[in-house]
Amino acid sequence: MIGDWLDIGPISQIEAGTARTLPVEGGEEIAVFHTMRNEFFALLNKCPHKQGPLSQGIVHGDVVTCPLHNWNISLRNGKALGDDEGCVPTIPLKVDAGRIYLLRSAVVGGGVTAPEQNRAAA
Amino acid sequence: MNAPMNFEKGDLPGQTRERLVVIGNGMAGCRAVEEILARDPERFDVTIFGAEPRVNYNRIMLSPVLAGEKTFDEIVINTQEWYEENSITLISGDKVDHIDREAMTVIAASGRVEPYDKLLIATGSDPFIIPVPGKDLEGVVTFRDLDDVDKMLDAAGKGGNAVVIGGGLLGLEAAHGLSLRGMKVTVIHLMPTLMERQLDEAAGWLLKTELERRGQTILTGANTKEILGEGGKVAGVLLEDGTEIPADIVVMAVGIRPATGLAKTAGLDVERGIMVDDHMVTSDPAILSVGECVQHRGMCYGLVAPLWEMCRALADFVTESPSGYEGSITSTKLKVSGIDVFSAGDFSGGEGCEDIVMRDAARGVYKRVIVKENKVLGAVLYGDTADGSWYFDLMKKGDDVSDIREALIFGQAFASGGALADPNAAVAALSDDAEICGCNGVSKGTVVKCIEGGAHSLDAVRGTCKASASCGSCTGLVESLLALTLGGEVESGPKTMCKCTSFTHDDVRKHIVEKQLREMPQIMQELHWTTPDGCASCRPALNYYLLCAWPGEYEDDQKSRFVNERMHANIQKDGTYSVVPRMWGGLTNPTELRAIADVVEKYDAPMVKVTGGQRLDIFGIKKEDLPAVWADLNAAGMVSGHAYGKSLRTVKTCVGSEWCRFGTQDSTGLGVKIERMTWGSWMPHKFKIAVSGCPRNCAEATIKDFGVVCVDSGYELHIAGNGGIKVRATDLLCKVETEEEALDVCAAFIQLYREEAHYLERTAPWVERVGLDYVKDKLAEEGAIETYAARFRYSQQFMQDDPWAKRAAGERKDLHAHIATVRPLEMEKA
Ligand code: SRM
Ligand SMILES: Cc1cc2nc3c(=O)[nH]c(=O)nc-3n(C[C@H](O)[C@H](O)[C@H](O)COP(=O)(O)OP(=O)(O)OC[C@H]3O[C@@H](n4cnc5c(N)ncnc54)[C@H](O)[C@@H]3O)c2cc1C
Ligand code: SF4
Ligand code: FES
Repeated sequence: MIGDWLDIGPISQIEAGTARTLPVEGGEEIAVFHTMRNEFFALLNKCPHKQGPLSQGIVHGDVVTCPLHNWNISLRNGKALGDDEGCVPTIPLKVDAGRIYLLRSAVVGGGVTAPEQNRAAA
Repeated sequence: MNAPMNFEKGDLPGQTRERLVVIGNGMAGCRAVEEILARDPERFDVTIFGAEPRVNYNRIMLSPVLAGEKTFDEIVINTQEWYEENSITLISGDKVDHIDREAMTVIAASGRVEPYDKLLIATGSDPFIIPVPGKDLEGVVTFRDLDDVDKMLDAAGKGGNAVVIGGGLLGLEAAHGLSLRGMKVTVIHLMPTLMERQLDEAAGWLLKTELERRGQTILTGANTKEILGEGGKVAGVLLEDGTEIPADIVVMAVGIRPATGLAKTAGLDVERGIMVDDHMVTSDPAILSVGECVQHRGMCYGLVAPLWEMCRALADFVTESPSGYEGSITSTKLKVSGIDVFSAGDFSGGEGCEDIVMRDAARGVYKRVIVKENKVLGAVLYGDTADGSWYFDLMKKGDDVSDIREALIFGQAFASGGALADPNAAVAALSDDAEICGCNGVSKGTVVKCIEGGAHSLDAVRGTCKASASCGSCTGLVESLLALTLGGEVESGPKTMCKCTSFTHDDVRKHIVEKQLREMPQIMQELHWTTPDGCASCRPALNYYLLCAWPGEYEDDQKSRFVNERMHANIQKDGTYSVVPRMWGGLTNPTELRAIADVVEKYDAPMVKVTGGQRLDIFGIKKEDLPAVWADLNAAGMVSGHAYGKSLRTVKTCVGSEWCRFGTQDSTGLGVKIERMTWGSWMPHKFKIAVSGCPRNCAEATIKDFGVVCVDSGYELHIAGNGGIKVRATDLLCKVETEEEALDVCAAFIQLYREEAHYLERTAPWVERVGLDYVKDKLAEEGAIETYAARFRYSQQFMQDDPWAKRAAGERKDLHAHIATVRPLEMEKA
């Protein structure tokens, strides 16, 4: 049986305060973040503004600042903070015994959009 | 074995007591039995299996036993008599191997079969062993039970070196014990800060500093690669970065995993832990489970407080007065004598969270309370944990704290002080001779007099009577006095560095040097940062200030740098990078040009362009290809052009006297010399230089940060020019006669700028702020040029190693490589 969670390796692969990328063949590249406060998040590596690579931004708290035009994106739900509007899909992630797992269906399916956004769209 | 034969409640069949079998003679298992006995002592015949060959003891006190502060006898919870008095059959030293749910029996390693009506699994957790080579060597121990402690004490008796892998609660307590027992202890921790699950960066740093002061070696961000052995015994630990640490004993304390093996093979529902409902019942109604082995509402716990609540709910349930367990909020304390650490709740911070931070550097105190929607969400305390339980209580009860918000951080005594809960009122109530500023011995009366005498801003007070000018911890008090004395008339002082501090850039730079502050968390603690770990604007600034103040000593913090400086290339709108190799003074040659041409072709770069800085820019390089591109450019002798950095950028030159019919000096040659001297240096902002061979100024030297205009009699040295957004022509600094002098003045000017400008302030606004005369005077002081130039050259010894070469050689591979690639087909197979 195929597990629901995809093991993408040990947490030590990502230095705290940075992110690394996970290309998906035939799909969207994912950025996996490790914050200074030792939380882990996964988002599509694509700023909602002009597709800047979020993986390359400065991480502070649970926010990443896009390297291109400094939009602040919440790592928790992918939403642009402050006056900017937009949302990048997130990929459910869990850490178990020092390894990072991503929700398989979201990895192939291009992530999950924040619920509030769905509601707004509906 | 058959049903027990003691029909105490009469001989009627069906009146026999139910048989309760407990697997695990640990903290939760025994507590559950105690709770049941307290409610209904007659209900069960109790049999407890324990893998450990001893009675039930207080596991958390193993740390004091290791440290020599307690003996085993002192930590026993239930003695042999207790089991006897309560007619409990204790089968210790016999591990249960199997549960037969159909027959309702358990089978132990000894072959003993015990039937049950109700079964309680309380197997606790197993220490997690990192799967590195050498993990099975003799001398590699975990820290879970008394046998482990005995092994450690054995090793400690022989002295020598101990390595503890894991800088969490358990690891640090093991390290503390071993160190008290006379071993030389090194703690290896994977994460950048100690106890990162309980502490934030600031508290983790304080803890690390204190442990180091006590003689332990703490290696953070250190990844164990292998445990080295000799003749089957442990001899050392090899880290991923090649460091080797000698070891006579290695303690693995990297974490625990719920012990679920038995339950899993018995077919119970198990995820991370054994799944239980609110009454601690597993997926089999005859089987209950409590302790670290369970997973309740998605949570697994590793502390005792939740276990007590679980046992309460379990006992209520089996004695038919179900109450239910709803999960626990936990708090942590570190049991290392003399170090007070407390943490509770959530401190990761999220949307809408607000940090209230108080630091007292003199007492080594750091307190942080996290508030969201007027409720306490978490707390991290270091050095003074007296109010830990109060915050924990506020948190658990979910009390609205808006009324005491202002005084919350000062603790319960202060916050519940009625009128005193208003800090201004509290300050008003102080007597005139009450000391406000401990560092400078300034009383309230003195501060008030100084304010009445015209010091109407924080800065003015600091400048006049010195109150709050040193560590800044009394800034709040001085601000209160300003408000009380002046009402609404308080003037705002010069702009502080950012919202995290009440100090200006100048103050911070001065303190770094005077107080010898050498690390970022140290600055934040000593200067009372009001945030736990700074912000995106002070972190890069502090990183630069430290780099400038302590060349060769301070370790650059990559996380505090903007993407371009981290990647050593300029990010482009499509996420690719542009690469600009240095071309000294704008000169190039066939080898370099060929190498660039080859790179353009080999990596399919869509564009190559001559920049405004007299060199070539290769566009469209992917981050994965950068190290290979750099390796190719390095091979042709080229190094990073730092076109991305707050650093020396380019030195533009014109052809000069070598070729030009008007040239007065060798401007090209001097430009190359200057670039060789200055490349690689980090600056407050970008720094550009140009050398023109005559006043026609073809290299545009008079709009550069440092410009040289050659004339017949020597060199005119210009400073503080700027092209760009706001054009500013340079000011003439001085005129010199030789190239050597020009180089020295250049080095000295750069160093003065590096040491005194604010981060992100180019030379033009800096000179306008401090005045041209100030700069001239500074450099005209006796010996100033030599001193500043020497400091610059010293620092350059450490700066002039090509960052590209290091990356090309494999440093920080993680920044350039993908973590993995997902191929949907492979995923199906997985
Ligand atoms: C590549 C280049 C343009 C070109 O194709 O010629 C360039 C490209 C950029 N310049 Fe520039 N500047 C380039 C020469 C200049 C010059 C000319 C010079 O150096 O002689 C100036 C005016 C001189 C000056 O700085 O005083 C110049 C003034 C700026 C400014 C305004 C600075 C100011 O103080 O007002 C910025 C914005 C900033 O730094 O905040 C800027 C910022 C930028 C950035 C870094 C924009 C950005 O943040 O991404 C551009 C990066 C492009 C890239 O990815 O490579 N660039 N830029 C030049 C690289 C020179 C080099 O070899 O290193
Ligand atoms: C050194 C140390 C310090 C600690 N300090 C603190 C602290 O300061 N504060 C805090 O809250 N918590 C602390 N803890 C954690 C605390 O001790 C545990 O949360 C608690 O002991 C868990 O209780 P438990 O009954 O679930 O597991 P345990 O106490 O581990 O009991 C489980 C028992 O089951 C036995 N067992 C397992 N499998 C079988 C089997 N198949 N058959 C028979 N027996 C079996 C084991 O041998 C063990 O004796 C510390 C732990 C350690 C090791
Ligand atoms: S002038 Fe503007 S567009 Fe052109 S390179 Fe400089 S920053 Fe980019
Ligand atoms: S692309 Fe991210 S801010 Fe513009």
